[in-house]
Amino acid sequence: MNAFEYASPQTVQEAVELLGPGWQDSAVLAGGTDLLSLMKDGIVSPRRLVNIKRIRGLDRIELIGDVVRIGATVTLEQLLRDATIAARFPSLTQAAAGVTSPQIRNMGTVAGDLCQRPRCWYFRAGFGILATGPDGEPLVPAGDNRYHAIFPEGQAYYVHPSSLAPALIALEATVEIHGPQGTRELPVEELYRIPGSNNERELNLGPREIITAITIPANGVKNATYEVRQRQLLDWPLATASVALRLSGRKVVSARVVLGHVGPRPRRATGAEAVLNGAELNEQRIEAAARAAVQGARPLSRNGYKVQLAQVAVKRALASLA
Amino acid sequence: MLKADFLKTAWPEPGKRIWIGKEVNRIDGVAKASGRAKYTYDINRPNMLWGKFLICPHAHARIKRIDTSQAEAIPGVRKVEIVQGEGSEIVFHGDEIALVVADSEELAVDGVRAIKVEYEVLDHVVDETNLDQIPRGNRRPGGRRRTGNVDEAFASPEVVTIEGQYGIPMITHCCLESHGVVAEWTGDDELTVWISTQNVSGISGQLANALKIPAGNIRTICHFIGGGFGSKFGPDRWGILAAKIARELNRPVKIMLDRDHELLSAGTRPSGFARVKLGVDRKTKKVVAWESTLWGTGGPGGGGTSISVTPYIFTRIPNQRREAYNVRANVGPRRAWRAPNHPQGAALTMTALADAAAALGVDELQFFLNNVDLTDRPDVYTQELLIAADLIEWRKHWHPRGESGSGPLVEGLGISMHTWGGRPHNSQALVHIYPDGSVDVQLGSQDLGTGTRTVIAIVVAETLGLKPEQITVQIGDSRYPPSGASGGSTTVGGVSSSTRRAAVDALEQLFEKVAPSLGVEPTDLVARNGRILSKSKPDLSVSWKRACRTIGMEPITGQGRQPDPEDQPLASQGVGGVQMAHVVVDKDTGVVRIKRFVAVQDCGLIIDLKTAKSQVYGGVIMGIAYALYEECVHDPITGRRLNPNMEFYKLPGIGDVGEIIAHMMVGKVTVTAPDGRKITIDYDEPGVIGLGEPPVISPGAAISNAVANAIGVRVPRLPLTPDRVLAALAGKGGLA
Amino acid sequence: MAEKQRGRASDRLRSGISRRDFLRGSGALAAATALRTATEAAAAPAGAASVVGPGPVPVTLTVNGQTHRLKLEPRVTLLDALRNHLDLTGAKKVCDRGTCGACTVLLDGAPVYACSVLAIDAQGHKIETVEALSPDHPMIQAFVDHDGLQCGFCTPGFVMAAVAFARQNPECSEEDVCRGLSGNICRCGTYVGIREAVVEAARKMRGAANA
Repeated sequence: MNAFEYASPQTVQEAVELLGPGWQDSAVLAGGTDLLSLMKDGIVSPRRLVNIKRIRGLDRIELIGDVVRIGATVTLEQLLRDATIAARFPSLTQAAAGVTSPQIRNMGTVAGDLCQRPRCWYFRAGFGILATGPDGEPLVPAGDNRYHAIFPEGQAYYVHPSSLAPALIALEATVEIHGPQGTRELPVEELYRIPGSNNERELNLGPREIITAITIPANGVKNATYEVRQRQLLDWPLATASVALRLSGRKVVSARVVLGHVGPRPRRATGAEAVLNGAELNEQRIEAAARAAVQGARPLSRNGYKVQLAQVAVKRALASLA
Repeated sequence: MLKADFLKTAWPEPGKRIWIGKEVNRIDGVAKASGRAKYTYDINRPNMLWGKFLICPHAHARIKRIDTSQAEAIPGVRKVEIVQGEGSEIVFHGDEIALVVADSEELAVDGVRAIKVEYEVLDHVVDETNLDQIPRGNRRPGGRRRTGNVDEAFASPEVVTIEGQYGIPMITHCCLESHGVVAEWTGDDELTVWISTQNVSGISGQLANALKIPAGNIRTICHFIGGGFGSKFGPDRWGILAAKIARELNRPVKIMLDRDHELLSAGTRPSGFARVKLGVDRKTKKVVAWESTLWGTGGPGGGGTSISVTPYIFTRIPNQRREAYNVRANVGPRRAWRAPNHPQGAALTMTALADAAAALGVDELQFFLNNVDLTDRPDVYTQELLIAADLIEWRKHWHPRGESGSGPLVEGLGISMHTWGGRPHNSQALVHIYPDGSVDVQLGSQDLGTGTRTVIAIVVAETLGLKPEQITVQIGDSRYPPSGASGGSTTVGGVSSSTRRAAVDALEQLFEKVAPSLGVEPTDLVARNGRILSKSKPDLSVSWKRACRTIGMEPITGQGRQPDPEDQPLASQGVGGVQMAHVVVDKDTGVVRIKRFVAVQDCGLIIDLKTAKSQVYGGVIMGIAYALYEECVHDPITGRRLNPNMEFYKLPGIGDVGEIIAHMMVGKVTVTAPDGRKITIDYDEPGVIGLGEPPVISPGAAISNAVANAIGVRVPRLPLTPDRVLAALAGKGGLA
Repeated sequence: MAEKQRGRASDRLRSGISRRDFLRGSGALAAATALRTATEAAAAPAGAASVVGPGPVPVTLTVNGQTHRLKLEPRVTLLDALRNHLDLTGAKKVCDRGTCGACTVLLDGAPVYACSVLAIDAQGHKIETVEALSPDHPMIQAFVDHDGLQCGFCTPGFVMAAVAFARQNPECSEEDVCRGLSGNICRCGTYVGIREAVVEAARKMRGAANA
């Protein structure tokens, strides 16, 4: 880990002022579970870390009217234990529980979960976010892509590792972002982007911006997350599905289905949603929705199995609500 | 000193054992669990420097240029040593290029990052799964064997032929304490090294050549070692460099490998792949013919799985034709890995046998029982198969392959069998009895986690009529009498033999001192429950402490050695073992879970039943690890290892191993064979036999067989990951 | 089309925010829009959080009830501070990437990976390492009684994770233990003993002082 400056501001405003204009200038430190590893591996070497854990008020979960507001530095463990979340958003509780290490849950924050970098082993070995070889050629399609995207986008073959993002997207959550020019809000769905080069990031977030909170409308949708993981030990999911259904009896008024770990950003399965919208939630519909969810998948040489896993995840997530 | 010789060294009779064979807590357990035990990694010396290596990021490359000037310019960097200089050919990802020694760990890392190396990248071979696609130059013949007449056997109309292909990939040791050393000079030619080693008595000699000082001037210390598994026998490049640079800079130097470096460079287990053809007699259901092509890689030097272990155990198949190839690949070099070659042998043999049983529609247990006479120990295996079958409830849970119901969750059972030598290694021991009654024992041995300290304490306590906690065990220092390296399950047999003899020798001397004060002959005395008693006059006794007052000023020193040509053997070799797995497979996701795992194991006379069982649990869990999770993944394009970390080099967690039952074969065991014959075996009779290796051999095969039984098809290679299970279910199983 | 989207996305990145996403912030925040480089910010006047490092800076750690004043670079992890500066070597360095749990210590009672916490960040928190436990602590004793250890290198990390778990779950089952200790890895294969040990120790710890 290269040497760096460190600051621990008490307000969001101070924190924003402490951040520099380029990614190499500074980084926001929350749980540190990913950032410190990236720095040890020399994948990022920011000259300054700005710790946001001492900023008051960012570590709370609040129900304000019909909106649940989750502070950026709320830990995964806090999220997992929160009764408001468990009652309204079991899909979030389930996703947090999927991070099976208590240590990671105690350290890792919800904003950190959204902003963590992909685990692609080419990226982590220094080949860049797009995993390109010495001549700029993409390494993933001809390489070992067993954990990579079945819905690659552009030149991006990694999968986004966030545990919470698929559930948050299904729940129509929004991130609150502070930057030099004030505050803005962004649907979690729009937080992710496809980098055009190895110098770009995979988030629609500037180097001087900080996620301060996540807000979720508490509008009574039934929701669930199902993760396919090989180990009970802390392990990355192979595919996940988060679903949120507005039901009228057994009839689906509207559905949101989001796949995780299948592409460089959490993937809205609009095909599956279309199958469910207006239909009765039964076994046949669930099967059809699961099939539709993976339609158009373009698996790579070694990850065809993930198409089935994603399908199973959708099926099981929906079945848990039926 | 007059050496008396009136006490027998033979192990006490079954009814007379106080400690031997009981469940005794490990005597260093508290030190380890409380964090007080000091491992090599924990040694901090005044004024100590840290060393870190720059490793090669390419699988195969030539070094064109190295520029260390920027590293050398960093304040606090004391030395930059080029390990492999310009022009060197590097043959695997992770090999050492340069070493930076600096005032702190952080500065050493800064130094490593500041070194500029220019490589000419060369072609690599990192995929050995397809034998036909391996370049000629990387493929070396590994032997041919022929027995009987295979062609005739296969041609017989009485013989059913079954073909299959099987694989077990390269894995690594992943010792939690990485390899490393702290070197400190205490004089111009006097060196102390703390080193994480399985070979306390053997390091000094290896270092002496490199350092050109007398071996006796080098003190090797390893009080605790955080895992070795066969990878820690030598001083290694880092040991020699640490010592040399410590001498040059006149400061202690510590080098511990970073995790990626450890996983890449500090040893691998060779892969094994085989195409197998089996012939089974239609009527007798006996295996009559075996034909196999075996290959694998042990790294850049070639080497792989040995032809001598395939077929494994069923060596008496009458007709055999076997050929083997060693693949030289640009992957981490091999080192001994717990039970070298045997897990591969089992994974390539027991699977083929189970496939034959399934193809013939025979119960797998019946098939193995029916063929045990093709092994070297049919009676042992018959007993162990039947006991294991009871423990896993074979009759209740077995079903023909694939007939496991319609839901996504299916269950299955599988079997494997194994053997190991476990002869005692050479060992010398000193037992001191002091006038104050205290007792210590010294051996230049090491405790890998086996329970070696505890075993030594038990043997001394048993011999002297004391309690294990009254014995101070001193090991882990080359100043003590030499013992062999801990490899191949040789330690417990070796140290228990030498310790027993040393303790008996010491006790004889004590008896000679005590006898006159009691007015009896030394031969009339026994030591029991902390007292010295007369056999002829039961009322006559003296406490241990009082007895020791007769010793005088100098302590008694008892000496023992293994082997001792003047004494009967106390240890032996040759064990069997049977394991059975009960798995649950999610056919929709391909995720395999262990429901129950049974390990039945013999290992001669057991000294400490508690740590012996732990060896079995540990072997099984390491086996579950390579059956379901572990493999070194290499990038076909760059040749790099893609998972040199503990995130993607996957090991099981506490919730991933299911219920494990360890059943030790102890004392006289009688079992009725399927043919009605009563088989009785005294498992204690051969004396002590090592145990570390055998339980790790079978899990790969047993679990693979259980999965095949559950899902109806063979997943051809380990580990049994979801992608491979689903591919096999889709009829696309292969060796990749 | 893809080309265009990418163009838009990078515009957005360059400006930090897009017009559409912009929401007017509170007065205080809206006023604080000065764009400064990292170096300028480093020289920020009093009132702003002080920037320290990259050289050694005073760091005060409260470990096992004792206060330690150290001078550390901000990049020094809590694990390295404990091991290399305080000679508290019970927490082990194994993966150094927040995966294996061998470095587990308690921060205000909660288990964390010391390799992934900066020492400077651990200031003001109550840090407990395995050295805080008396050797006759019920958890240590249970690990020994059930032989939940072999080489012992993962053991202190397991013990600390187990102590934190047991304090919260005195009536735990082996299944609970499997869930509660899924942040630690053992290589020797001691899980059978650990499961039994934690169930037993959790019950014993409930009545015990200093557990």
